[in-house]
Amino acid sequence: MSTFDHDHHDDDPRLSRRKVLECMTWAGTGVLWTISGGVPRSLGLVGSAQAAEPAGLTFLQISDSHIGFDKPANPNALGTLEEAIGRIKAMPVKPSFMIHTGDISHLSKASEFDDADRIISQARLDVHYVPGEHDFIDEEVKLYRERYGRGTKGAGWYSFDASGVHFIGLVNVVDLKAGGLGNLGAEQLEWLENDVKGRSKSTPIVVFAHIPLWSVYPTWGWGTEDGARALDYLKGFGSVTVLNGHIHQVMQKVEGNVTFHTARSTAFPQPAPGTAASPGPMKVADDKLRTLLGTASITFKPGNESLAIIDTPLQG
Amino acid sequence: MTFASLRTLGIRCAVAAIMASQMTAARCEDSTITIDNFTFTPAELTVKVGTTVTWKNQDDIPHTVVSAGKFKSKALDTDDSYSFTFTTAGDYKYFCSLHPHMTGMIKVE
Repeated sequence: MSTFDHDHHDDDPRLSRRKVLECMTWAGTGVLWTISGGVPRSLGLVGSAQAAEPAGLTFLQISDSHIGFDKPANPNALGTLEEAIGRIKAMPVKPSFMIHTGDISHLSKASEFDDADRIISQARLDVHYVPGEHDFIDEEVKLYRERYGRGTKGAGWYSFDASGVHFIGLVNVVDLKAGGLGNLGAEQLEWLENDVKGRSKSTPIVVFAHIPLWSVYPTWGWGTEDGARALDYLKGFGSVTVLNGHIHQVMQKVEGNVTFHTARSTAFPQPAPGTAASPGPMKVADDKLRTLLGTASITFKPGNESLAIIDTPLQG
Repeated sequence: MTFASLRTLGIRCAVAAIMASQMTAARCEDSTITIDNFTFTPAELTVKVGTTVTWKNQDDIPHTVVSAGKFKSKALDTDDSYSFTFTTAGDYKYFCSLHPHMTGMIKVE
């Protein structure tokens, strides 16, 4: 679903402890991370840890569906998206909403967007999208904005509030410069500065965009040219979480009050930085593919400055 | 021109014609650049005015070929090609607008 007003959104599910435990159980073998004093600590396999406190908000991140991709790395990207959505549908506690961090389609074809919507809508959750570079390659560069751009600014950026958390969706895949990385641009940065100006510094901030805002591996273009400027505007906020996709693997970094995290793709894995000739789709053994695809679940607990992020592979 | 150099030229033309086999009127001065592993090969190419250069994407990921204000391909899926004929001398820097770390240069003399 994409027919909602991005400016007003305030779900408040008030999950009970029991429900949280159920939710954690669903997460299976996902590893729960907690950030305390800027140091990430893995609490081991999910099931025991972090369930004692009530959760204020749980939402899901899916990314890089690449509907239309049919190459050897995964000839059935639609099928693996369907598996991921199937697992979301089976969650005992419904998350408040989903965010999709881009590359919905592989080639920006109308049929690819149609297929993605048909599957993703089965989760029966609001979905807040940001585009990937694969969503802007139709001839007239109009399909993404027609379908997902309602209530957004510029190439598709916006913000909304949910359960006291301020969410900011950014676009860093347009107007890229030769030799450069992802790009936000002056207009979007100015909008961001105004968007956060005057907000209480205790407001938890979640920023999501396709290409990592931090410098993961510039040699492969995995970073955002002016990402540091965006983060400058978020200095002083007690809790900032940056969620990205694009690199088709889980990576996490903590810098002061900022947690950076990238999600898996539901379509195909990409190699770890520098371990292959290029960042292109990585062909793995058929029985290993689903251990490298998946989604993420993010829980915010009021009174706790950290967001718990659980990455769950489709299998394993 | 000696017989030997004529023969060399003939071989060069034949090779170019094979490389540009999808073009209807392959001429000996036409050139092909392949895209493999997010890299334009050759990254720098020197051609004569009038040369048609064809880029062919052999990656499993779409790429584009863009030279600001000069030429711009649509997104090239796997095995798609794009051709541009250079009619004016100069240096043409280009890049992939989806993966801007991919850059190349055509020098037209």
